[in-house]
Amino acid sequence: MSTDGQGSSHWFDDEAGPVVRPYAMTRGRTSSAVQHRLDLIALVVAEPHAEEADTDPSLSPEHVDIVDLCREAPQSVAELAAELNLPIGVVRVLVGDLVDAEFVHVNRPVPPAELPDESILRDVINGLRAL
Amino acid sequence: MIFGRSERGKPPVEPVTLKILVAGGFGVGKTTLVGAVSEIKPLRTEEYLTEAGRPVDDTTGVEAKHTTTVAMDFGRITLREDLVLYLFGTPGQERFWFMWDELSEGALGAVVLADTRRLEDCFAAVDYFERRSIPFLIAVNCFEGAARYPEEDVRGALDLDDGIPVVLCDARDRRSVRDVLVGVVQHAMDFGAERRQAITT
Repeated sequence: MSTDGQGSSHWFDDEAGPVVRPYAMTRGRTSSAVQHRLDLIALVVAEPHAEEADTDPSLSPEHVDIVDLCREAPQSVAELAAELNLPIGVVRVLVGDLVDAEFVHVNRPVPPAELPDESILRDVINGLRAL
Repeated sequence: MIFGRSERGKPPVEPVTLKILVAGGFGVGKTTLVGAVSEIKPLRTEEYLTEAGRPVDDTTGVEAKHTTTVAMDFGRITLREDLVLYLFGTPGQERFWFMWDELSEGALGAVVLADTRRLEDCFAAVDYFERRSIPFLIAVNCFEGAARYPEEDVRGALDLDDGIPVVLCDARDRRSVRDVLVGVVQHAMDFGAERRQAITT
């Protein structure tokens, strides 16, 4: 269970420490200008002109990776972190940069204080039953 | 409701995302449960239990379990093109509880997975969700070799309110897990209806 093809290829390891300190990728920033902390299931959606990110010299390779994944399909913050092997906090900062640069926008989930609509819950039940 | 800027340059589909939490003691089968229904391999950070972890983790009854989830693992179920459910396994050990607040924000509901050999392991999770008014149910994972107890005994041992469902399940079985999730959403609906009524009357 622990060796699902991941284990040995991980570049991070508690004892050795990561090869590149994670927050080096964010140039030391631990938060971004995006007003809200992004939820783990907030969806990051590529804007139509997102392919320009590939040639934007101000972006890091990790920024470009995020944009590329989102161009395939909208990605949750949690999925981006897992896919790119980056800490959630780092992904939040990088996504914040991309929002500022208007390469992506973020679709927030239902606000925590509100319960999802009853019709949505019914859809979820029907969807689960059909599995 | 805040929904980004979806009216601009509309890409094909931007699904609504929801999450359900899976909590419970160490080694109770949270990762197995997520894996049983997820369409992606559960994404996880799992490590071998180190010396540092040993004084904390009592593996009595779960000796075969060698690793523990130290971050979070999650799975995804696309219910419809525009409706995606994420399952998050909460960190098993109490020292990782700082992650819970973040995980539980906006959660639809929660499954507390229980092992009857070590029921006390889920007290903390039950307390947590009760205090935060997050709808949850108890799913008793029917381990081979563990005695089966009637639902009422489990309810009594956990001192649960009558409204909280207790179901038996097999965390390895897709259909069984699916039924557990349906139960959570159903309970969340009832819970929401009650709450709405309490506000309007």
